[in-house]
Amino acid sequence: MIAIVDYGVGNLFSLRSSFRKIGAEAVVTGDKSVIENADKILLPGVGAFADAAEKLRRSGLDEVVKAEVKKGKYMLGICLGMQLLFEKSYEYGEHEGLGLLKGKVVPMKDYIDPALKIPHIGWNGLQFTRPHFLFERVKNGDYAYFVHSFHAVDCEECVIAQTEYDKLLTASVAKDNVLGCQFHPEKSGDVGLNILRAFVEKKD
Amino acid sequence: MITKRIIPCLDVRDGKVVKGTYFQKLREVASPVELAKFYSENGADELVFYDITASAEGRKLFKDVLIETASNVFIPLTVGGGINTIADFERVLSCGADKVSVNSGAIANPALIGEAAKKYGNQCVVISVDIKRVNGEFHVFAKGGREDTGMEAIEWVKRCVGEGAGEVVVNSIDTDGEKNGFDLELLKAVCEAVDVPVIASGGAGCVDDFIKLFQTLPKVDAGLAASVFHYGEITIPNLKRKLCENGIPVRI
Repeated sequence: MIAIVDYGVGNLFSLRSSFRKIGAEAVVTGDKSVIENADKILLPGVGAFADAAEKLRRSGLDEVVKAEVKKGKYMLGICLGMQLLFEKSYEYGEHEGLGLLKGKVVPMKDYIDPALKIPHIGWNGLQFTRPHFLFERVKNGDYAYFVHSFHAVDCEECVIAQTEYDKLLTASVAKDNVLGCQFHPEKSGDVGLNILRAFVEKKD
Repeated sequence: MITKRIIPCLDVRDGKVVKGTYFQKLREVASPVELAKFYSENGADELVFYDITASAEGRKLFKDVLIETASNVFIPLTVGGGINTIADFERVLSCGADKVSVNSGAIANPALIGEAAKKYGNQCVVISVDIKRVNGEFHVFAKGGREDTGMEAIEWVKRCVGEGAGEVVVNSIDTDGEKNGFDLELLKAVCEAVDVPVIASGGAGCVDDFIKLFQTLPKVDAGLAASVFHYGEITIPNLKRKLCENGIPVRI
């Protein structure tokens, strides 16, 4: 069973539907014991970093997921959920993340060609930087759906895919059992479903 | 490289897909759920559902259609029609919509855009504008294109983006249904005025209209159409192949 962590951020309808579509049992939950009993954890998130980090902390679920990850349980963060895995974010101020991955989240606007629109929104190609089980069922160059204005940097050691938006941006990260996608697999058609499938099927 | 999006639009009334020419004559096409699945499998990058129902039963049917679609189609889904309050945002987002498109609701209450953007994020709020030339000026029309608000359209779009709208759908009443191409003059003016994604709507009749749109106006992010897709006059795989051959980045 996959626990989709509900800490009051974002719309979880599509995530739940996409797991149902691939035949995986997924529960939207804010319950500590359900998360502890799950096989894997999915950390969603949309909106502002500071607000999401605060809600996660206030719910106490930050400690729960950290403890589970420490035990070796796989956790996949999506979009803002991926950004929360890092040490810090500089989205309107300076905010602490979960610190499960080395790196930080910074505004894209100081980094890319100012003529390009922000948010980076739409379908963009995945460029794998190293082989990873999440991509077992997809091809290098396949497209995924992105919506974000901030991006992860100083995280070279955990980057597994990038995407080009003037510069190369962090598209996906992995370190041991901690995984993240900046794009939305639940909105990326068959490519996204295949990434979720690989996550679901991964054995320890 | 970010790709140009091709977006079929489904007008839904009483649970069925319809397409209005000049926003007036309505004709049934197919089941919205089946059509959505078909488009998703054939390379649509996103879908737009407009609820053009007035009745309570119709609203209920639309909700069912939305849930069924969002449970089976895993590409971005924008929903519009009858969005006048935050409760309307909640109603469609809870059924699986990713973005919500506001039109007349924002004209009646421009603060709605800001409230929704604050609550759901700018990326969730799409401003849809029906625009028609009146005495050489671009005017905003309300109520499905039936009522001239007298407002100057470019200023209105700028204001909506300032309030927090994350995308703009520009629907030209002058070119809609004519199948003579998108309203490039209007779209150029909008692209120069705002820096959020611009979605062109109204006037697509053939593949070349899309090529011309993206070649003439590289700042346009997406092309939206309804009847040409519903009646098979343009198929999305063929359209994308032709765009690609012409050097326009698309997801294939």
